[in-house]
Amino acid sequence: MNHRRYLTRTNINATIRYVILIAVGFILAYPLFWMIGSSFKHNIDIFGNMAILPPAGRWTFEHFPAAWQLTPRNNMLFYFLNTMRFLIPRVIGTVISCTVTAYAIARFSFPGKKIVFGIVLVTLLMPELAFRIPIFMLYRDIGLIDTFAALYIQDFFGVNSFFVFMIIQFMRTIPRELDEAAHIDGCDPLRTLISILVPILRPIIITVGLLTFMWGMNDFQGPLIFLRSPDNRVLAQALRGLLSEYEVTHFGQIFAGAFMGLIPTLAIFFACSRYFVEGVARSGGKE
Amino acid sequence: MTKYAPFFLLIPWFIGITVFRVYPMISSFYYSLFDFQPVLRTREFVGFDNYARLLFRFPHFWDSVRATLRYVLWGTPMVLIAAFFIAFVLNFKLKGINLFRTAYYVPSILGGNVAVAILWSQLFSGNGPVNQVLGIFGVEPISWIRDTTFAPFTLIFLSAWQFGSVMLIFLAALQNVSPSLYEAASIDGASKWRQLFKITLPIITPVLLFNTVNVLIRHFQEFNAPYLITNRGPLRATDFLNVLIYDYAFRRLEFGFALAMTWFLLAAIGLLTVILFFSSKYWVHYSD
Repeated sequence: MNHRRYLTRTNINATIRYVILIAVGFILAYPLFWMIGSSFKHNIDIFGNMAILPPAGRWTFEHFPAAWQLTPRNNMLFYFLNTMRFLIPRVIGTVISCTVTAYAIARFSFPGKKIVFGIVLVTLLMPELAFRIPIFMLYRDIGLIDTFAALYIQDFFGVNSFFVFMIIQFMRTIPRELDEAAHIDGCDPLRTLISILVPILRPIIITVGLLTFMWGMNDFQGPLIFLRSPDNRVLAQALRGLLSEYEVTHFGQIFAGAFMGLIPTLAIFFACSRYFVEGVARSGGKE
Repeated sequence: MTKYAPFFLLIPWFIGITVFRVYPMISSFYYSLFDFQPVLRTREFVGFDNYARLLFRFPHFWDSVRATLRYVLWGTPMVLIAAFFIAFVLNFKLKGINLFRTAYYVPSILGGNVAVAILWSQLFSGNGPVNQVLGIFGVEPISWIRDTTFAPFTLIFLSAWQFGSVMLIFLAALQNVSPSLYEAASIDGASKWRQLFKITLPIITPVLLFNTVNVLIRHFQEFNAPYLITNRGPLRATDFLNVLIYDYAFRRLEFGFALAMTWFLLAAIGLLTVILFFSSKYWVHYSD
């Protein structure tokens, strides 16, 4: 009797939670669904209702080719490839330099280690904003303005303390005996990192790469500051043109453009989400 | 060989910290003492005049401080509460729970994107879906973008929509709470609510501190939403400090003045962070 009552209560509990989860999920997802649905609607069907899908028989695909040609000069692919011109080096630089820095701090004892780790912690809390203007002035003096390099050079130096810290936290969950065994077998420190630790660090390395990629896709202010000429615009800047130019009537085109603009981020997130949730939980959560 | 290995490994980091962190800190203070004349491309030493101008001769700055604080003080608790609530619901053995975890994270990765800012401005437009939903409850359409009271909230909702990473960190902490604590409390007859306030909340306070600091810093630096959705308006209601700094630094090229504002903003962030850390001895519970 008691046992049965317990089971029933658990079931009710689970049902309530499912209802909450689905309701919240729907509210969260609604803006995105509405955006996707509206990109298939005729302009007059978009506002004045809450419907996600176009009315029956009134689907249209005309907005996509129009939105694809983002600006009179160039299409979406062009701007996406421009984004990649800074984002691919940034991802590679961030992953390698932050892993090497974290490795040196987490796995060796050396004089001054406390100071080094202290600097990582202090810069962890320091907003990017603190360095932006002087770095801009520096780049202007050495002629890096309007080059893609301005958007990734510093990422090759392990100065992203947030990621260094994440990797250190993750490394601490890996037994040190592994390094020592490799050392006895004659591996030098770099070899140990590459062939012993990196395979184990895979979830966190993918997480760092993924976050760098997604934040880079969202980065609007960086390109706005450092890139100038129209042919150096990245996707984030070009997407913005959708709003100012077509605010009056071309709503469908705005939604189709926004939808296409989010596809790279969504695709890469869903491709790697398995590693991602684990990576965040194992490093961030142990704080 | 191994003895020197960490130093070799840290060479790039050392260069990076010097060039991209230490040097900018020093030069940003140095340059904040100059008045830049962008047209002539010259600068003139003015001592602390940029700071004096900021505090006493530039009322826009205080509008901006007010707007920023309103955004930070409403936005931070909203994100934390939303994140904790969802983490609490998700911390349960349910089939398909991982699907929800992943799905709830999606707004966080997209939220800062220009495309989402565009979407948000349409969602909250005059006859957009948000007003349609409110209409069902008999609420007159609200001017979410062009009303000084509501525009900040349009941006706060966008921030609250991105609770995912904060939620994942809460969730990891909740999963570390030993079930035996709850069992013991149940046997003693403690209600679910009592367990929440007497067991769960105290145990996760260290993570709450971490999340609060992070969310606070993120809100202080908001740029995309006010710049793209409300265009800093209406009547400067969303002219947050970071946007004002951008305007003076990169549009008007008044670097010295922009740097003085930057230092003010950094001091505000630093002060709140320090207050949080010092107050933590009264409300953060450390198990060991």
